[in-house]
Amino acid sequence: MASLIYSEEEYIAQYGPTPNDTPVNGWDSREPDKLVKTHCCFCGVQCGIQLKVKDDKVIGFEPWEEFPVNQGKLCPKGVKRYLQNEHPDRLVDPLIRTENGYREANWDEALNQTADAVRRIQSKYGKDAFAFLGGASMTNEKAYLNGKFARVALGTANIDYNGRLCMVSAGAANKMAFGVDRAANPWSDIPNAKVIILTGTNLAECFPILTDYVWRARDNGAKIIVIDPRITPIARTADLFLPVRPGRDSALAHGLLHQLIKNDWIDERFIEDHTNGFEATRELVEKYTPSLTEKITGVPAATIAKAAEFWGLAETSMLLHARGIEHHTKGVENVLSYINLVLATGRIGKPGSGYGTITGQGNGQGGREHGQRCNQLPGGRDINDQGHRNEIAEFWGLPESELPGEGLTACEIINDIEDGKIKGLISISFNPLVSIPDSKRTRKALEKLEFFAAIDFFMSETARYADIVLAGSLQEEDEGTVTTGEGRCVRLRNSVPPAGNARRDWEIICDLADRLGKGDHFDFSNSEQIFDELTKASQGGPIDYGGMSYGKIEANMGVFWPCPTTDHPGTPRLFEGGKFFHSDGRARFHAFDYRPPAEDVDHDYPIFFTSGRVVSQYLSGTQTRRIGGLVDQYPEPLCEIHPLLAARLGVFDGEVIRVVTRRGSMSLPAQIVKSIRPDTIFIPYHWPGKKAANQLTNRALDPISKIPEFKVCACRIEKLEGKTNPKMN
Amino acid sequence: METNYEFFVDQSRCIGCQACVQACGECGTHRGTPMIHLEFVDRSASVQTAPVVCMHCEDPTCAKVCPADAIKQDDNGVVMSAAKPRCVACSNCVMACPFGVPKMKVEFELMMKCDMCYDRTSVGKKPMCATVCPSGALYYGPREYIEKHRTEQPINEFDFGGQKVKTKVNLMTAPEVKSFPFDVADFLPWEAQERDPLSLARAGVPDAADNAIWNEDVIAHPESEGTPV
Repeated sequence: MASLIYSEEEYIAQYGPTPNDTPVNGWDSREPDKLVKTHCCFCGVQCGIQLKVKDDKVIGFEPWEEFPVNQGKLCPKGVKRYLQNEHPDRLVDPLIRTENGYREANWDEALNQTADAVRRIQSKYGKDAFAFLGGASMTNEKAYLNGKFARVALGTANIDYNGRLCMVSAGAANKMAFGVDRAANPWSDIPNAKVIILTGTNLAECFPILTDYVWRARDNGAKIIVIDPRITPIARTADLFLPVRPGRDSALAHGLLHQLIKNDWIDERFIEDHTNGFEATRELVEKYTPSLTEKITGVPAATIAKAAEFWGLAETSMLLHARGIEHHTKGVENVLSYINLVLATGRIGKPGSGYGTITGQGNGQGGREHGQRCNQLPGGRDINDQGHRNEIAEFWGLPESELPGEGLTACEIINDIEDGKIKGLISISFNPLVSIPDSKRTRKALEKLEFFAAIDFFMSETARYADIVLAGSLQEEDEGTVTTGEGRCVRLRNSVPPAGNARRDWEIICDLADRLGKGDHFDFSNSEQIFDELTKASQGGPIDYGGMSYGKIEANMGVFWPCPTTDHPGTPRLFEGGKFFHSDGRARFHAFDYRPPAEDVDHDYPIFFTSGRVVSQYLSGTQTRRIGGLVDQYPEPLCEIHPLLAARLGVFDGEVIRVVTRRGSMSLPAQIVKSIRPDTIFIPYHWPGKKAANQLTNRALDPISKIPEFKVCACRIEKLEGKTNPKMN
Repeated sequence: METNYEFFVDQSRCIGCQACVQACGECGTHRGTPMIHLEFVDRSASVQTAPVVCMHCEDPTCAKVCPADAIKQDDNGVVMSAAKPRCVACSNCVMACPFGVPKMKVEFELMMKCDMCYDRTSVGKKPMCATVCPSGALYYGPREYIEKHRTEQPINEFDFGGQKVKTKVNLMTAPEVKSFPFDVADFLPWEAQERDPLSLARAGVPDAADNAIWNEDVIAHPESEGTPV
């Protein structure tokens, strides 16, 4: 039923993406009525920003220099983010699909039809045949509410979120190694490190503000080691650059640990007093000599030895990573292997020493803490832990037997929709058609849904398949909190009311719950009440917000969890004194042998394919492809290819080439650059349809985290004779 | 207003994110048009990018060559965009600026360039680009901060083929560099008043053979047999 009703052109004409270049009242008369201190709606840094508001419209921005994390600094996305408000594409009414297209509906009608569809599908196919997909760009309040709505109102086990595509490998690995899932250090520790390893993080493009932290460390004499298949902007001036072959990260970590042990650059005392499992790890890395590691990873043995020496001899150190090592079928193993380096040298839980994953989404941290994941309950509790289940069932006033068990992860939900096992879906702030690998299959799955309701503020490419589109709220149209990549819970301020007849997301969810007969569990009249319930629900759990309140967060410009009681100041740095969160207080080494990616290069597909972000776009581009200045900066995907490979294939700069994998193919201009490994090509993933890099990527999943392997698969390049991109010539 | 604040540009720190470009357009009087320039030096070879703001020369060449007297300096030495009522869109300034900063906006028949966010700095705020720059490539603040925290040194004297230019904006460069010549000619010890290229070879040449070649008589009268002096 859920196939497209319009042509691509008709969707674009009606709902965009339309690049918005100009503030709502033009460039003149930009004197605001007020400046609202809030945060950027994009990445996990959550820069402080002031929105200029006039007549209930956001008309511009002003740097917020007092907020300590970014001190007024912003990236281009932050500068232009205000243009998503008062946008011509904004959904301002609920829409119901008819045979002739969408028609504007009233809320009662749209919500009643949605509730009817939920009941119809669940009575026919069972509770779990209706799934819920959330997002990690939403507030803590909404993440909590989504989890509660799915379990209490829908009664489905199948709730997951788009963080499944983001940092779940790191989350799982952190829990395995440290007993808790959070960056170990505040970012203010970075400038005090004497050596920094940045592995699999295009830090200057994806978290531009952190560049200043890294370079303040360099000003203090730190050595910067960057591990990446590409010379990204942060790698350009690194002390050491390790050009790792895609899909070989755990082997490189093992090679570094081998050198640390061989040269006795490890902290035996720390290992003895604060960790378990070192012996097995020592035995595992015995064979990872520099020469073997060079063979596997493509990084010269001498460079590996030098990196180990920098790391080994430093007094303080930070190891930071992002999706580059996490988006793999061994994402968890990659992360654990790098954590081994941190534990072996005992440099964690101290000023200037530690570790962190840099979360990619606006609420990448908080969005994964409060029960929006298929295996998790509020407070970071485990849905399979009987004690945890009892606590939350009691808190929510349900018999424990009614609390669903562990459900499917995001990609598995899409798989089950494709297989016809899941028939109904509500999604909010998630655009899987652009963001999940193998988009041909995602499209097929969406077409199979018997009922699909999408809550969103723009008509995303995925929402086009919806039977009912519920016009939700932009970040600046609601109160709330998010928890940043360093574990700091910060306050988002309502700047303007929702546009037109659009409603706040939590109001939509609560009204739906009411129509499903569970209104008494969702009796909230503002976001603060949801936050207060969230903090109580988290109390006593591994992720404890119990002592937080809006007032406290505002007064302190953010509070780091754990913060169990109202008089607790919060915890910027974890693991001080070598105390970890496992019940025995000790951290864990993990000895996972290197294994190749799910799809390696071969005779037919001889080139590595990898994907990632550009600085001017955010995730699936639902927001940033609608902002003119950002579109101009990097209008469409280009295929980065090294001149040696280009010469071998006879490809010229700007030539339109076809990139082919076992899943699909796409044609796009080649951008010939020396900043990428000659055996690898790169395409950024922010675009839909024929411009989607995820037509090519592999939906193979990590067995633990269920993250897909975005960062490596095999491809070949075909020439399209006579086709060139006029823009590039 | 913090009158001791200065502008420092460190191109080695630039990550090419264009936050400065996007923010410059947002500055009150710019109406969406950025005045800062940011380019890849050669994207094929490197991700190196270079931001260029107006250097705000003490004795601005753009103003000197302007036939309409359209380019003014304020009391703090900030060099303004061309004044709309005066600018004749002749592009003299565009061609004369040693740093390549002014651009002719044909659609407005007006030269526009970075004015160090006059509307912001004049009321005590930092320029927009230097406020948002996430990497510290553009910094506006006290010189003491730079001296304390950066290993690179600020310079504000430049040589352009004999023209010495002193600027309000500082460029970060290697320690020990006091002024920055752009032209090989500026690295050389000229003795003649006029920059006669042949005088370079003549002056102080020690041996007789070179003397023979460069003897002025020989050059003036190549047909005669010049004898070494």
